[in-house]
Amino acid sequence: MGMTITQKILAEHAGKNFVEPGELIMAGVDLVLANDITGPVAIKEFEKAGGKEVFDKEKIALIPDHFTPNKDIKSAELSKALRDFARKYDITHYYEVGRMGIEHALLPEKGLVGPGDLVIGADSHTCTYGALGAFSTGVGSTDIAFAMMTGKCWFKVPESMKFIYRGKPSPFVTGKDFILFTIKDIGVDGALYRAMEFSGEALKYLTVDERLTITNMAIEAGAKNGIMEPDDVTLNYVKDRAKKTYKVYKSDDDAQYCDVREYDVSKLEPQVALPHLPENSVNISEVGDITVDQVVIGSCTNGRIEDMRMAAKVIKGNKVHPYVRMIVIPATQEVYLQMIREGLMEIFVEAGAVVSTPTCGPCLGGHMGILAKGERAVSTTNRNFVGRMGHPESEIYLTNPAVAAASAVKGKIAHPMEVIKNDI
Amino acid sequence: MIYKGRAWVFPDNIDTDVIIPARFLNTTDPRELAEHCMEDIFPGFSKKIQPGDIIVAGKNFGCGSSREHAPIAIKEAGISCVVAKSFARIFYRNAINIGLPILESSEAVEGIRAGDEVMVDTDTGEIKNITSGEIFYAKPFPGFINDIIKAGGLLNFAGGGQKNV
Repeated sequence: MGMTITQKILAEHAGKNFVEPGELIMAGVDLVLANDITGPVAIKEFEKAGGKEVFDKEKIALIPDHFTPNKDIKSAELSKALRDFARKYDITHYYEVGRMGIEHALLPEKGLVGPGDLVIGADSHTCTYGALGAFSTGVGSTDIAFAMMTGKCWFKVPESMKFIYRGKPSPFVTGKDFILFTIKDIGVDGALYRAMEFSGEALKYLTVDERLTITNMAIEAGAKNGIMEPDDVTLNYVKDRAKKTYKVYKSDDDAQYCDVREYDVSKLEPQVALPHLPENSVNISEVGDITVDQVVIGSCTNGRIEDMRMAAKVIKGNKVHPYVRMIVIPATQEVYLQMIREGLMEIFVEAGAVVSTPTCGPCLGGHMGILAKGERAVSTTNRNFVGRMGHPESEIYLTNPAVAAASAVKGKIAHPMEVIKNDI
Repeated sequence: MIYKGRAWVFPDNIDTDVIIPARFLNTTDPRELAEHCMEDIFPGFSKKIQPGDIIVAGKNFGCGSSREHAPIAIKEAGISCVVAKSFARIFYRNAINIGLPILESSEAVEGIRAGDEVMVDTDTGEIKNITSGEIFYAKPFPGFINDIIKAGGLLNFAGGGQKNV
């Protein structure tokens, strides 16, 4: 019997020829990731367990991105714990404020993950790297402590669901809309304990940045990982970045899937996920009048350069609505610099938006854009849970960057075509 | 192990932002985390718990973030185990890794009301509603997952150090 790409990567890392869904395995990892929230808990466990050395200082990435630049004394202590550990064990991939980025944007950009890798991270959106043909998944801090000591992690081999996207998407329909629509179809637990394998010719119309958005949100359907077989677009992306060798895996023709779904994206509209679950997506034409207090463009979901270009294209020549606060957060320093070089910073600032240094800040209600009671945000982030961005009685609407930018201009949720003043 | 306590009942899709909101994640102190457990949907929850009490919930419990702070907050608040229709994947492994027993049984969740006295035997998977007298069974843990729980968590299972596994 054939194997899916997910099974193949897990089998290879467990030193087996074949693994089947449901099987429990112990597998070697290529990269172990933690941030300023989950890292300190892992460090405590590492020390409590008597850890004296890390398995490989080149294969650990510690990235302060959630509460950084530090928002208060307590979070400064957390960052310091991460920093001290990185220095003590001479961790190669520690990225300090000023050189850092949101972890899931930074690692692909730096070429630290590539096709065929097995990556674990103490952050649920670690599933992002599946867009590059890697098996990557979110775990907890204890898993990270264990992996930092042993280089290993336990896994239950997941069943795979296959999603086939057909047709050519319309302008302003992006990878974000593919995944919001898919989550709406299967629900927030629709892929629980499973792998989501994304395929179909429509993917070729998507940039790697958009593909990373799709796999980033696999966790919002409960999936263990999201994954795509590498194609020329993928290999072009990784070839100039890769810091190490990589291996391309593809699913066998006779691989087993527990569910196969096909979608025609040619008629897909931009999606808007209504509060308080990512599965509550509706077509933008069905949203009605929803006024907005804050717009956030950024995060590990949509803070990459293609996202910034798209938002800038929509906002150019427009002004942010007087009653709206628009917050733009490039995901990495490289994105930030590229925005300066391309003149995007100027476009955002002239429109009346604020542009922040890279941080996860508002996405998780950490800092840099907390909502008050009754306030409403349109956000390109990945979750709209109760209280996610601030007050438990605030609301979050998830969209792609073009819709978010248009909504900032109109002061209510709007289609980009309503405000665009440029050629598309 | 056998746990006994009152049931606290929650609906489907209880996410980690609700279990422990991100604004409290600037500490790793379990006691502080426990104080804010479920605060946004159930103010004062942690103060009402008696040690041994049991959380009973719908499907997809613990969805969202990988924050281990979530099962830590629940365990430290005095909850002995969680029975749900299903668990989000990362929460499931985090609970196992820190030694918080969790059981899946839709029938038990349907058959338990808030405030019922419940007894859970994690070895056999038996869940007894003492108040109603009904007995339900959850699937026992497979393979080395059971060994990890019995050892009290992953790092104990690993031998408390750099032991090869």
